[in-house]
Amino acid sequence: MADIATRHSPGSHPDLPPPASEVGVIGWLRRNLFSSPANTVLTLVALYLLYLIIPPLVDWAIISANWGPGTSRAACTKSGACWTMIRARFGLLMYGFYPLDQRWRVDLTFLLQFATMAVLLIEKVPYKKQSAIFLFVIYPVIAFILLYGGFGLPVVETSQWGGLMLTLVLSTTGIVASLPIGILLALGRRSALPVMRLLCISFIEFVRGVPLISVLFMASVVFPLFLPEGMNFDKLLRALVGITLFSAAYIAEVIRGGLQAIPKGQYEGAMSLGLNYWKMNTFIILPQALRISIPGIVNSFIGLFMDTTLVLIVGQIELLGMAQSSARDPNWLGTINTALAFVSIVYFTFCFSMSRYSQYLERKLHRGHKR
Amino acid sequence: MSVMSEARQAAGRRSLWQNELARGVILQILAAAIVLALTVFFVHNTTVNLAKRGIASGFGFLDGTAGFDISISLIPYTLQSSIGRAFLVGLMNTLLVSVIGVVLATLIGFVVGVARLSRNFLIAKLAAAYVDIIRNIPLLAQIIFWYFGVLASLPGVRQSLDFLNLKLLFLNTRGLYMPAPILQPGFWIIPAALVVGLIAAFFVRRWAHRRQELTGQQFPTFWTGLALIIGLPLLVGLVAGFHITFSLPMLKGFNFSGGMVVLPEFVAILLALSIYTGAFIAEIVRGGVQAISHGQTEAAYALGLRPSQTTRLVILPQALRIIVPPLTSQFLNLTKNSSLAVVIGYPELVSVFMGTVLNQTGQAVEVIAITMGVYLSISLVISALMNWYNRRIALVER
Repeated sequence: MADIATRHSPGSHPDLPPPASEVGVIGWLRRNLFSSPANTVLTLVALYLLYLIIPPLVDWAIISANWGPGTSRAACTKSGACWTMIRARFGLLMYGFYPLDQRWRVDLTFLLQFATMAVLLIEKVPYKKQSAIFLFVIYPVIAFILLYGGFGLPVVETSQWGGLMLTLVLSTTGIVASLPIGILLALGRRSALPVMRLLCISFIEFVRGVPLISVLFMASVVFPLFLPEGMNFDKLLRALVGITLFSAAYIAEVIRGGLQAIPKGQYEGAMSLGLNYWKMNTFIILPQALRISIPGIVNSFIGLFMDTTLVLIVGQIELLGMAQSSARDPNWLGTINTALAFVSIVYFTFCFSMSRYSQYLERKLHRGHKR
Repeated sequence: MSVMSEARQAAGRRSLWQNELARGVILQILAAAIVLALTVFFVHNTTVNLAKRGIASGFGFLDGTAGFDISISLIPYTLQSSIGRAFLVGLMNTLLVSVIGVVLATLIGFVVGVARLSRNFLIAKLAAAYVDIIRNIPLLAQIIFWYFGVLASLPGVRQSLDFLNLKLLFLNTRGLYMPAPILQPGFWIIPAALVVGLIAAFFVRRWAHRRQELTGQQFPTFWTGLALIIGLPLLVGLVAGFHITFSLPMLKGFNFSGGMVVLPEFVAILLALSIYTGAFIAEIVRGGVQAISHGQTEAAYALGLRPSQTTRLVILPQALRIIVPPLTSQFLNLTKNSSLAVVIGYPELVSVFMGTVLNQTGQAVEVIAITMGVYLSISLVISALMNWYNRRIALVER
């Protein structure tokens, strides 16, 4: 110590490195995990919780899991998850009872869809407008012909659809159809015409006040009563209409929030340019309002995606229903946890990526006016 | 707006369609006519269809004998009870699971929401993982997991898990068995003492508040209130006797007798609902607390408030203002989601009424109308209550 003082004149001593306990791994640990006695206790509790959850889960799902092929529960000899069941049932879980030799049609449909969506969603890829028109106008027709049949393709009845394919059909159609209906409902709710306003408000509030199950029950049990004898719709279509209308009411409320955030000057400016109601909304108001409500809309879409599981209650066997019935198969009794784990992983992948994408969009869109 | 429309009216009265006012009226009449026509069409078809199937419309079927059993019932119910009574049982089961679920979900939500804001890295990440995982897995899958995955794998009756070997709490596939309180005639004095304690605590709080405004002197309102509300009934009980006995669950043969049982269906739906909704509430709480600017905390410290006082008197009242509206819709969601219990056979409104009664009587229109009406009324009542609360805590501006 003494010789340091002698070598440097006052004020010219080079900076000493910070104490070892304040930087690096140890410093980070001290700041974030052990800053006070209470914090230390919390850290220990958290570590104990992790110890309780992670090792058994890893053991169950990976280490003592059964990965090999097999045709019944007897093939699962180890104590962990029975992924063998998923392997044996993979076709059913993905396509339902869609005929084996026609499954390429499903693959092609969703390949087309995901490719176009990638073009739309990834920022740097050009041809946004063309692919949007393709996805919303041309693609639905192609998808319908591919999945259902016609034009030389053998018809596959909707009762044979199932598994993940049905989940994707329900959610994609629901999303595509509920957005325009939601926009119209939101505009109607803010309309100057009292009858329109009343109709839209009653529809939105009614739908938001009842559970989706009751809407689905109504679509599957009561709706046929409403129609004259002999006239009927496809069962899947009825469930789809129920889900779409349900989700449209929620989307309408999200968009109404966006509409309310548009300053009055925008309306007055548009009107002073001589734009009529539809031109004003299409070119001035909605582009701004929709941009504000994108996070909310994506959240509604995630909700709709998860809500498609409810159709299993009215007898449509989508992914969760197929997983449950697989685990009830006499050959595979006792594999319910494996089935649910598989379903959860699939849903988590879809929903988590959607929510991350919406967070990314939110950050991107807010760049200009967030302090 | 009015200047515009006048100008437009002056510019062209060539046709009604170019007159904004007339166009509005025409459009509205058209919309109303379409809705009316559809309604008439549906009503007509329904009447014809029902007549063909020989189902009399009307609510008379509610007086008919139910003839089916309901596993969980808060009020006396037998096979001979009326369908109207079955409806009541279902409604009360829905309310039971919703009320307890709302309380549990709020607790989980506030704890996890605050944990996500913790400066402790592990706690914050653990809470974030909980929220991300739970929110992205469908509720229906979670309900099935708790019922068929967890509760169905519990040991059978003979191998019941005995909590701490006290012979009080037993857990097996048939549910959770626990002691049931039996009230004796003199019990009324305990609730009476509780009411007196509540009233006294209310007046003490008012008095303390007034004194603090006048003199600045503080009074330990919280502890006094606690002593009055909990201590008074305890004291009365110790002096006058509690007048309560317990019936203990005993293993007799192949099942337990005595005590009371919480059925696994109820536990599964309750766990699934509160864990699922708790994750959403956690996000709301985090958003609400984060929305309060840091200047508020600093100003409170500068005024000499302690951290606990800052949270209680400065941060929380402002955060609640942001939290309450979305919290209300989560409560409503939980109530509506309780209808998913139909997949595991918990006898709530939808499963009893839209399931069993609808199948048995075929009164589709009435059954659906009643069920939807109940949910709509619950929604309206909860939103009315929450709006009242929201107005009470709303920002009073100049």
